[in-house]
Amino acid sequence: MASELKGWDRDQMAARAAEELEDGMYVNLGIGIPTLVANYVGDKDITLQSENGMLGMGPFPFEGEEDPDLINAGKQTITELSRTSYFDSATSFGMIRGGKIAAAVLGAMEVAENGDLANWMIPGKLVKGMGGAMDLVAGVKRVIVVMDHTNKAGDSKLLKECTLPLTGKGVVNRIITNLGVLDVVEGGLKIVETADGVTEDDIRAATEATIVA
Amino acid sequence: MKKVYANATEALDGLLHDGMFISAGGFGLCGIPELLIDAIVDSGVKELTIASNNCGIDGFGLGKLLDTKQIKKMLSSYVGENAEFMRQYLSGELELEFNPQGTLAERMRAGGSGIPGFYTKTGVGTRIAEGKEVKIFDGEEYILERGIVADLSIVKAWKADDTGNLVFRKTARNFNPPAAMSGKICVAEVEEIVPRGSLDPDHIHLPGIYVHRLIQGQHEKRIEKITTRKREEV
Repeated sequence: MASELKGWDRDQMAARAAEELEDGMYVNLGIGIPTLVANYVGDKDITLQSENGMLGMGPFPFEGEEDPDLINAGKQTITELSRTSYFDSATSFGMIRGGKIAAAVLGAMEVAENGDLANWMIPGKLVKGMGGAMDLVAGVKRVIVVMDHTNKAGDSKLLKECTLPLTGKGVVNRIITNLGVLDVVEGGLKIVETADGVTEDDIRAATEATIVA
Repeated sequence: MKKVYANATEALDGLLHDGMFISAGGFGLCGIPELLIDAIVDSGVKELTIASNNCGIDGFGLGKLLDTKQIKKMLSSYVGENAEFMRQYLSGELELEFNPQGTLAERMRAGGSGIPGFYTKTGVGTRIAEGKEVKIFDGEEYILERGIVADLSIVKAWKADDTGNLVFRKTARNFNPPAAMSGKICVAEVEEIVPRGSLDPDHIHLPGIYVHRLIQGQHEKRIEKITTRKREEV
């Protein structure tokens, strides 16, 4: 059963996603596993954007040093760095929409073989809103999705077509799952790398989307 | 030209009416005009349409205007932190128009800048694009979004001089400048009003031309999610 395959854990997925980031990049990290990517960038000179209006996002503050005027896009208290700059929301999304942000790393509910992404709503369930996700996937140069390969029921989250309402159409470039790394290419998904103990056949068996050679 | 008022109620005097459209600054609970919101609650004005990225939380910020059922419709990008919002929305008492965050910010900026509409890639091929004009530029699809011009803007800044020049602090700037620009009239609340000449003109974030009335007051500045790290981790 494909659903029993383990592959990478959350931290290993985050570490693999960190390999995608190059020295000098301005990057936006989503909530969840993507947030962990910051722990694995090592010596690379990466500037993190927080879309509520900050470049150069620092770590959480020490207890007692929280500043209500300094939060990230997930509304968590954070700190600034020596490189930090602040700006308003229109400027922030100007740099996102304008392609100035090199990469966004984000989670997903579904990705289709043509790069369609669904991660903002499940019809019939409580809808909280898309926040900045639609702007990010439409605007940044490279969209990297980090997610489990299958859902809790063991079904593939990499599909021929998304079943949920889209966040963006044809926007995903690379998908990093617990089973490996896949790229969106002409005709479907291409396996770039397999996780430890996972074979290409394992990935094929766990994937509904077309895998191209 | 007197812009400084004694308190939020006086600053809003004559500006509120039922069914009006208000543009509000803030992101989550960060940089929200909490004193002006309280005064709008007290005024009892109703059937409000409000453009704001979020709608506060239960019992704080714009959430207070939900509790008193003064809001008819919200234009927001994310409303997940508010149980009363969801209750009113699911029961049909409250209308909601989801706007992608950057589209909402740009709609405010554009509306205040004399730009009635703009084309954006954001939302192409999604539910957000339904019913909107599509135009191809250089082989890529874009959708038309309208600028927002509100009857009133309510914003919060850190400091102001008495001419309304504003300085914001850290990420509390967020939607406040575009929200201020989008209103026919803008009322700002700040933590400190200083005499003209004491702010460096090169360091003004929003020129006073966008700010018509001004108050100074005490802000609770509630934090939505306190996250910290341990000192040993250093």
